[in-house]
Amino acid sequence: MTVNLLMALMPILMLSLTAVVLMVQASIKRDQLVAWFITALGLLLTLWGAGYARDFTQPVTALLIVDDWGLFFTTLIVTAALITLILSRDTFSTEGERKEEFYLLLVLSVLGAVVLIQSSHMVSLLLGMELMGVALYAMIAFPEKGQLSLEAAIKYLVLSACASAMLLYGFALLYATTGDLSYGGIGLKAILAYQQNPLILMSGTAMVVAGIGFKLSVVPFHMWTPDVYEGAPTPVTGFLATISKGAVFVALTRFFVEGQLYEYHSLMTALAAVAIASMLVGNWLALKQENIKRLLAYSSIAHFGYLLVVLIALAHESAEATLIRQAITFYLTAYILTTLAAFAVIACIAGEDESKNQIAAFDGLFWRRGIQASSLTVAMLSFAGIPLTAGFFGKFYIISVGIQSQLWWLLGSLIIGSAIAIYYYLRIVFAMTMSAGTATKGQCSASSVAQDVLAILLLILVLLLGSWPQPFIEFAGQL
Amino acid sequence: MVMVNLILILLVGGVLALLSERINENMPRKIALGIVVIDLLYFLNHLLAMPEFNQLQTPLVADPSTWIMHFKADWIPAFGISIELALDGISLLMVLLTLVLGAVAVSASWTDVIVRRGFFEANLLWTLAGVLGVFMALDLFLFFLFWEVMLIPMYFMIAIWGHENRGYAAMKFFIFTQASGLLMLVSILALVAVNHSATGQWTFSYFALLNTPMAEATSHWLMLGFFVAFVVKLPVFPFHTWLPDAHTQAPTAGSVILAGILLKTGAYGLIRYAVPLFPDAAMEFSYVAMALGAAGVVYGAVVAFAQTDFKRLIAYSSVSHMGFVLLGVYAWNELALQGAVMQMVAHGFSTAALFMIAGSLQERLHTRDMREMGGLWHFMPRMGAVAMFFVVASLGLPGLGNFVAEFLVLLGLFKVDPWMAVIAALGLITGAAYSLLLMQRSFQGDLNPKLADHGLVDFGGREMLTMAVMMVALVGLGIYPQPVLDFAEPVLQSLLETTP
Repeated sequence: MTVNLLMALMPILMLSLTAVVLMVQASIKRDQLVAWFITALGLLLTLWGAGYARDFTQPVTALLIVDDWGLFFTTLIVTAALITLILSRDTFSTEGERKEEFYLLLVLSVLGAVVLIQSSHMVSLLLGMELMGVALYAMIAFPEKGQLSLEAAIKYLVLSACASAMLLYGFALLYATTGDLSYGGIGLKAILAYQQNPLILMSGTAMVVAGIGFKLSVVPFHMWTPDVYEGAPTPVTGFLATISKGAVFVALTRFFVEGQLYEYHSLMTALAAVAIASMLVGNWLALKQENIKRLLAYSSIAHFGYLLVVLIALAHESAEATLIRQAITFYLTAYILTTLAAFAVIACIAGEDESKNQIAAFDGLFWRRGIQASSLTVAMLSFAGIPLTAGFFGKFYIISVGIQSQLWWLLGSLIIGSAIAIYYYLRIVFAMTMSAGTATKGQCSASSVAQDVLAILLLILVLLLGSWPQPFIEFAGQL
Repeated sequence: MVMVNLILILLVGGVLALLSERINENMPRKIALGIVVIDLLYFLNHLLAMPEFNQLQTPLVADPSTWIMHFKADWIPAFGISIELALDGISLLMVLLTLVLGAVAVSASWTDVIVRRGFFEANLLWTLAGVLGVFMALDLFLFFLFWEVMLIPMYFMIAIWGHENRGYAAMKFFIFTQASGLLMLVSILALVAVNHSATGQWTFSYFALLNTPMAEATSHWLMLGFFVAFVVKLPVFPFHTWLPDAHTQAPTAGSVILAGILLKTGAYGLIRYAVPLFPDAAMEFSYVAMALGAAGVVYGAVVAFAQTDFKRLIAYSSVSHMGFVLLGVYAWNELALQGAVMQMVAHGFSTAALFMIAGSLQERLHTRDMREMGGLWHFMPRMGAVAMFFVVASLGLPGLGNFVAEFLVLLGLFKVDPWMAVIAALGLITGAAYSLLLMQRSFQGDLNPKLADHGLVDFGGREMLTMAVMMVALVGLGIYPQPVLDFAEPVLQSLLETTP
């Protein structure tokens, strides 16, 4: 292993170093504030590392591939982790218990996500996914008194284990037919294997996609999502919705493109059915939710349904690969930023009080906390895909890609789904405009200036990405 | 740059109005009025200073340099999206209408809005900015952006300051326009993709997308996407159901803007985009569209007749009047199109005034139910007389703008399809019935004894001045419509040449 390879692994090394330092620190003197600062510093160093590694892009062993695309998502995810860190400080500091392990779990989970993003092999895929997932179980169950969070963690644990088992069995079937476990190798050998043994190969791929689909919570693997979203502490929910899902989707894209899965018609049909079901079911079930975290859980199901359209579009010969890659980059970025903006506000307003996660708790927020309400409004409009927000341009990309590949059924579902979605996103906006007399409801627990600054920052990012996307498009085009 | 400034003045003015509430809660409305008037004067001043303005040339649809104004700047070159604004005779009329009715709307909100005035006036100005953008944008992406974004301040106006059932009405309004807007977005992107595969270039410019060669089936579907978005906004039967709710629940100024200006964006879209972009498909489709228009004329009038809610009646009358616009557009000859443009302007004034009267009544009586009114002329003779004027304008009394408009539409329509004209003419009779009924139930008839102790105040100076502006406009349009026709004529001529 040369020095160059180590340089390319800089983000992963930095995260591992942070984890080690955190463990050492816990053994010397347990102090939450110190742990918080170490984590923050570690994440900042990882950001630097991701920038540094750009000069050394190359495959690192058979397991990992360090490229600009992966490094961009690494940067995005570490940024999201920093925001989670800021949010979780307010969430956990008031309880007076020892919470420094939380930061260790956070770092480990981010490490798993980064491995997942850079994976080019089934082994690293599994490694990253499990590292991220196991740390997440503990993060979800972290509040000691929470019944709901314990339930959520168990649910996530059991179902995740099923998904992992399915993933492993899928690997085994793929290995049996192709004799290879790297994405590229599977892609090369699968075409031949398909002629000899189509059934086993297809069931293998279907199982892998199902295992990944579970983490993305697309229909019909979505059952866990609302409960886990509701039960987990709000910053962790934000983490799950952005980092975990984002990293898994990047890995899925790599597997999909390198493994040339788009060549198989039956798989694409199944995926199209999953996408349509996710868009319609996700949006439909979100309509009736009273809890904002459950509502966002269903909305995220729909959003990953939209994203699948892009992968399906790859199958069509008229598709432009660069446009599709840009579409994925743009949509995921927009989705992650918007979700962070939404959860930043929810964490601030609702905190950990269960009753305050109800939509009713947001009544009249405009007249109590104008900045937070504006930020949540922009986030909702971005989710709904209203122009000038990042979400609109993401949708613009998906529709363009869909038209080029002539996926009319999927586009039809997207339109119906988006039309339904407007209703529940607007419900939240409407609640915030009501003139509520109960001004004491939902006060922010900690320093509200920092919260407001964060809200404004995310609001500006979401608006900027939507109203002046040219620099980002150029940047994404070079990845 | 003038066109960009027109929009910017309103946007910045909105922020000023919002902030000025902290100084004095009466400040926002003064600032809002000032901003709209400044915007209007700025526009007029610039127009009159233009040397070529006196000799309006016939603009070529596909050549922006022959238009009155044209502005283009890159925005998102990766997709060929630019900030492209242009102005021809029709957009000029619409911009003037928007600004004049904008001032009327501020006047309507003067005493009507009592809470959060700064945010209200800001939303009002932002809506106006969005509407101006719709009328001037000639880049399809930019057009779509304004089309959607203007909904948000309008949504807030209904949702925050509306009447008892505002949440439902605001939601319905937003969902109808959004969902149909998404269809249009797909159509726009598909049109751009077709053009991209033909020329290899990404562009959203109207001028480049005209005459895009495409298969017949494709053009039919794409035309439908545009058509649905525009007729939902217009609105045309059977896509009209959001309108009675939204108009009835909106605050007075909101109703004025909705009925006076926002509906016209749908008609404008039909004339500017739906027909010229897909001339063959649109012409084949014209009978369906005209049938919908005629159905709307009759349906709106009949349903209006059955209403007891003052505002709801006017709302349904709008459905009827907008049916004439649809008929005029799809008859697609010069007379009918002139009538459609005339109707857009005249209906803007007459309905805005009627909604203002409805708002004043609600402010004084706290009800819109006509069964609880009656004999109001006795208490408020000035308001009664004004209402009488606008009611007869709305039913199409000769000598006022609406008559000219509907007459021209019928005349043009008769050449294309006499039977359709006969059906539409039936709407005029019903129109007279419901309009006079409105007058009779509220202002005339027996005195309602419950009203005597309301301490009813007649129209004051501000209200009379606002009404006078609109009266003058309607009389002017009715007696001497030639200037408006002159503005529209060259544009319509060149538009007519785009179709076979």
